[in-house]
Amino acid sequence: MIYQGKQKIWSDYQKEIPDDHWFYVRSCIRQNFFPGSERMMMEICRNVLGKDFYETEHHTTCGGIAYHCDTIPQETAMTIVARQFALMTEAGYENYVASCITSFGNYTEILETWHEFPELEAKIREMLWKACRKEFNKPKYLAHSSDLIYKYRNDIAEKARFRLVDKENGEPLRVVEHIGCHYSKMFPSKGVGGAEYPYVLAGMIESWGGNVIDYPERRHCCGYGFRQYHVKANRGYSLSNTHKKFESMEPYKPDMIITNCPGCPYFLDRWQYVIAEMEGKTYGQNGYGIPVLTYEEVAGLVLGYDPWDLGLQLHQVAVEPLLDKIGIEYCAEDKYKGLNRKDIMRPGLPENLKCF
Amino acid sequence: MSIFGFRISPSSAMNLDTIDRSRFEELCRIEPDAARCMSCGACSATCPASEFSGMSVRKVLLCLQRGKEEEAFRMMNNCMLCGKCTMVCPRGINTRHLILSICRIYDKEDKR
Repeated sequence: MIYQGKQKIWSDYQKEIPDDHWFYVRSCIRQNFFPGSERMMMEICRNVLGKDFYETEHHTTCGGIAYHCDTIPQETAMTIVARQFALMTEAGYENYVASCITSFGNYTEILETWHEFPELEAKIREMLWKACRKEFNKPKYLAHSSDLIYKYRNDIAEKARFRLVDKENGEPLRVVEHIGCHYSKMFPSKGVGGAEYPYVLAGMIESWGGNVIDYPERRHCCGYGFRQYHVKANRGYSLSNTHKKFESMEPYKPDMIITNCPGCPYFLDRWQYVIAEMEGKTYGQNGYGIPVLTYEEVAGLVLGYDPWDLGLQLHQVAVEPLLDKIGIEYCAEDKYKGLNRKDIMRPGLPENLKCF
Repeated sequence: MSIFGFRISPSSAMNLDTIDRSRFEELCRIEPDAARCMSCGACSATCPASEFSGMSVRKVLLCLQRGKEEEAFRMMNNCMLCGKCTMVCPRGINTRHLILSICRIYDKEDKR
């Protein structure tokens, strides 16, 4: 392929992301799984970078999980989404950013469907009006929150206290990046880098000093897949997917995994415990697992936030070896102290997976 | 042992470097049609034995290519040599003859 041709193809997968003034919607499940992530997104964007981010307590689920589990029709999901757009319109914003990958995929799918079938959009507008007397404008720009951290990655790198390097020898950390399937596998042109070479997390890793690992199952699903995990009879498929990914990345000895999806960090993290219990196998060094972090948590770490304020004590896999490797200070005694130093109790420790 | 109520499925990955493909290569030499199959499945769709026995010429060829010979023989035991698959093959492969050649080559090897 000629170089100019490659450049043209690559340019199709670049996004002109607006710099400021965003309407932010949270994920249903991220706040439970990794509660520090979305708070850190707001903290970084508003207080560190001084951007205008608005969020409202009135927004609800996007209906994505129910839609993908086949429990509601798409028109219902569309009306829910139309209501979110109405909230954005009422607040006076035009740029819409979702924290959840499935929401991002859901919004993209709905906007594309309305583009192809305007009569359906008219029907949804009517349904929304009948349901709650609201009207909406479609967002001028739709982004996933990892797109924004990707856009701000160099600003974050300038302000960073730490880099993703081994403090002992200055070698870059070996980082696995895992992109949620709904980010760009459904609509490749909507994600930075498309479906085959998504650059959104790789760009962050490179800016913050790490090395991206390219391993055979890099684009494989984490295994969450709503109909796999939520149906217990299929749950083995979910685990088998994760197992396949870990078997594939193991020879490259990753130091950490960064993800941009609500489900992926949860399953890549928790299934390491299950695999250790079932097979007695761990994938990190010295009996530990491989820490799995969200991109906001990694941004918070390089900016020098306290790991326990980022919620890293809620990860199954111990993050302390990684913090030691980078040279991030932390107080081991404060790990299970919550707000106002309230004791949040220590969890039971697994048999095979080494934890603190 | 699983205390979770579900378990890790065994990997279905195959390492073609560790499979002895010499018999399949001999089959392709004697019966070049074996390499012309495009796995469209027309043979399986028309096979009167497939519905109750799982016989499928397409699967037989794939199994032989992948070294899963026992699985292929299990399927082939159900073939009645009716020749319907030959009539529908879009590549014009004489599947009936192909099946007989497979029997000849693999049977010969087993008697050694």
